[in-house]
Amino acid sequence: MSIQTPAPTPTDTAKVADSDFTGDNRSSATIGDAARDYLNRLRGGDMGSLPALLGLVVLFAVFGLSHDKFLTTYNLTNLVIQAASICVLAMGLVFVLLIGEIDLSAGVAGGASATITALVMIDHGWSWWAAVLAALAIGAVIGLAIGSLVSLLGIPSFVVTLAFFLALQAVPLKLIGSGGSLRFNDEVLRGLSIKNVPVTAGWIAAVLLVVGFAGLTLWQHRSRVAKGLVHKPIALVALQLTVFAGIVLGLTALLSQNRAVNPNVFNISGIPWVAPVVIVLLLLWTFVLTRTRFGRHLYAVGGNAEAARRAGINVTRMKITAFVICTSMAAISGILAASYTGKVSPGSGGGNVLLYAVGAAVIGGTSLFGGRGRAIDAVVGGLVIATIPNGLGLLDQASYINYIVTGGVLLLAASVDAISRRRRSAAGV
Amino acid sequence: MTAELSAEAPYRPEPLAPLLELRGVNKSFGVVHVLHDVDFAVYPGQVTALVGDNGAGKSTLVKVIAGIYGRDSGDYLFEGAPVHVNGPRDVAGLGVEVVYQDLALCDNLDIVQNMFLGRELRKGIVLDDMTMEDRARETLASLSVRTVKSVRQSVASLSGGQRQTVAIAKAVLWNSRIVLLDEPTAALGVAQTRQVLDLVRRLADRGLGVVLITHNMNDVLEVADRVTALYLGRVAADVPTENVNHKQIVELITAGRSGDLGIRDDAAATI
Repeated sequence: MSIQTPAPTPTDTAKVADSDFTGDNRSSATIGDAARDYLNRLRGGDMGSLPALLGLVVLFAVFGLSHDKFLTTYNLTNLVIQAASICVLAMGLVFVLLIGEIDLSAGVAGGASATITALVMIDHGWSWWAAVLAALAIGAVIGLAIGSLVSLLGIPSFVVTLAFFLALQAVPLKLIGSGGSLRFNDEVLRGLSIKNVPVTAGWIAAVLLVVGFAGLTLWQHRSRVAKGLVHKPIALVALQLTVFAGIVLGLTALLSQNRAVNPNVFNISGIPWVAPVVIVLLLLWTFVLTRTRFGRHLYAVGGNAEAARRAGINVTRMKITAFVICTSMAAISGILAASYTGKVSPGSGGGNVLLYAVGAAVIGGTSLFGGRGRAIDAVVGGLVIATIPNGLGLLDQASYINYIVTGGVLLLAASVDAISRRRRSAAGV
Repeated sequence: MTAELSAEAPYRPEPLAPLLELRGVNKSFGVVHVLHDVDFAVYPGQVTALVGDNGAGKSTLVKVIAGIYGRDSGDYLFEGAPVHVNGPRDVAGLGVEVVYQDLALCDNLDIVQNMFLGRELRKGIVLDDMTMEDRARETLASLSVRTVKSVRQSVASLSGGQRQTVAIAKAVLWNSRIVLLDEPTAALGVAQTRQVLDLVRRLADRGLGVVLITHNMNDVLEVADRVTALYLGRVAADVPTENVNHKQIVELITAGRSGDLGIRDDAAATI
C-alpha cells in the first residue's frame, strides 16, 4: 500500500549534499553578492545597529556644525565617559529584553548599589574592590528577587520592576537622607572617570585588540572554508577587519592627544579608564551570548519559550539568571555613574537613567519583543543617547528640551523596532 | 470489559518484534477515563498511523508515550523489556522523539541552532558550531531534503513544509529509534504534504519506527503500514493498512467498528 521510495544510496546522498546546499558554498561569492544580501536583509527589516550609526552621524553633524567645542577631543572624551554608565546599564538590559521582559528598576537598583558602595567605603573603610563586590552582590540579590517573582509567580515583569523601581528609591533616601549626598572619591573608582590609561599602554592594548580580533576572525574564516561551511567572502572579512582596526586605532589616536584646555601647562591625554571597563564587559557578554550554551538558550527562550522548554531548557532558571545579570550590570553602571559625578545622592539612578538605557539598547538594535539583541547594540546605542544631553548641554538648551528629544528618540527607536519586526514577519528573514 | 480485538492474529505478517509496546494502559484525569486498556505497538521500519476522532485519546496516548503523562496502569515495553519511564527525559533516552503539531521551533534561530537546541555540542565551554553545522547538513542530506537552501537560514524564513522537515530532521538527528509525528501535514499545501509524506516514508525505510498521528485518510492510505484506530479511548482496531479501505477506517474512527472489525457492540455499550 505504501509508496515505494528507494532508500537513498550513498552516491545519491553525496550528490544531494553537493547540489542542495549551493547557497552555503559561498567561497566564490563576491563582495557585490554580500552587499546585495545585506540590502535584502535591510529591506526585510533586519536593520541591526544601522539606525544607531545613522543617528550618530546625524547627531555629530548637527552638534558639530552648531557648536565649535563639540568635536574637540576634550568634549569627545567627556562623551565617552558619560556614555560608559549608560552602555553598561543597557548591556544588562539586553539580557532582560532578549527574553522578552523589561526591567524598569535597573536604574534605581544601580543607585542603591552605588549608595552601599560609597557607605561601606566611607563608614567602614572597606577597600574599593570589596565595596564593588558588595554592590555586585546586592545587585544579584535584587535580580534574584525580581526574576523569581516574574518566573515563579508569573507576575508581569513590568509590574514587578515598577514596584521595585518605587521601593528601591527608599534605600538611598534612608541611608543618605533627603537632600544629602555621599562623596565618591576613592582613588581607584573615582579614577575610572578622571584618570587615563598611559598613552603607551593604551596603544599596546589597542594594537593587541586589533591583532587578536583579526587573528580570531581569520582563523575562523579559514576553518570554515576548509570544512566547506557557510562563510563570508574573504573581501568582506578584510573590509570588516579594516573598519574595525580603523575605529579602534582612530579612537586611540584621538584619545591619546593632549586635550588640556591649556596644552602648554597641562598634559591630559590617554584613554579614560572607563573605556577598557566597558570594552572588557562588551567582550565578556558577546562571548557569553554568541559562543556559549547559556547564550544560545537565552535566545531560544526569547524566541519561543515553549520550544525552549520542550528542548529541555529550564526556562525559569534562564529568566532568573537574565534578571540577575541585568541588575548586577546595573550595580556596575551605578558605580560608573557615581565615579563620573564624584558623589551619590538620593536621586542617583532615578529620573530618566533607565529610559536612557532602554533607549540605548533599542536604538542599537535590540528588540523589545524578545529574541533579538547583542551586547554591542548597547554600546552603539549608548553612544547615541549620551550624545544628546552632551550636545544639548553645549548648546545651553533648557533641560526640558533634553527630555523631549530623548523621549522622541526612544519612541523613534521603538517604532523602528516595531516596523522592522513587521517587515521581518512579512519577509520571513 | 476488555475490548475484543478482531482481525488481529491472522493478518499480522511482520516477523519483527515491536520496538515499543504499551499493554493495557489506562489513564484518567479526575473522573474522566481517557484511555481504556489501550494496547499499542510500534514496529521498526514501519509507519503506524494512529487515527481517531477529536477526543478519542490520540494526544493523551502520545503524551503517555512521550512520558509527559504518567500511566494509571499498564506496561511500557521497549524492545520487549519493561522499562521505567519517569518523564520525557527517560523517553528521549530510549531514542523516542516526538514532533509536536505546533513544531516547537524558535523563529529567531537558524536551522542548525534549532536542530541542536538543548543538546548543543561543545568544546570545553565553547559551542562547537562547525561540527553542529556539519552534522545538521549531513542529516538533512541523508533525508534527501532538497528544499532548504542554506542550513544557516533563519527558521522564520522557511515555509510550513520546510519547518516540518526541520522539526523531523531534528528528531532523527540523535539516532532516534522511534519518531512520533503529531499531525505533520495538518497545515500544509499539496506539494508540501507530498514532501513531508516522502520524508516519513524514508524514515521508516531507514528502519525507524514511525508513528503518524493524523486525521487525513489519504495520508494514512498512502504512507502507513499499519493503522491503529482509537474510539472513545479504546483501540477499535490495529490492522495492516492493506487490509482496510478508506470507508472502513472512517467507520472505525466514527463508530468504533466496521463490519467484523472493531469494538463489539456489548463492549461499546459499556463505554
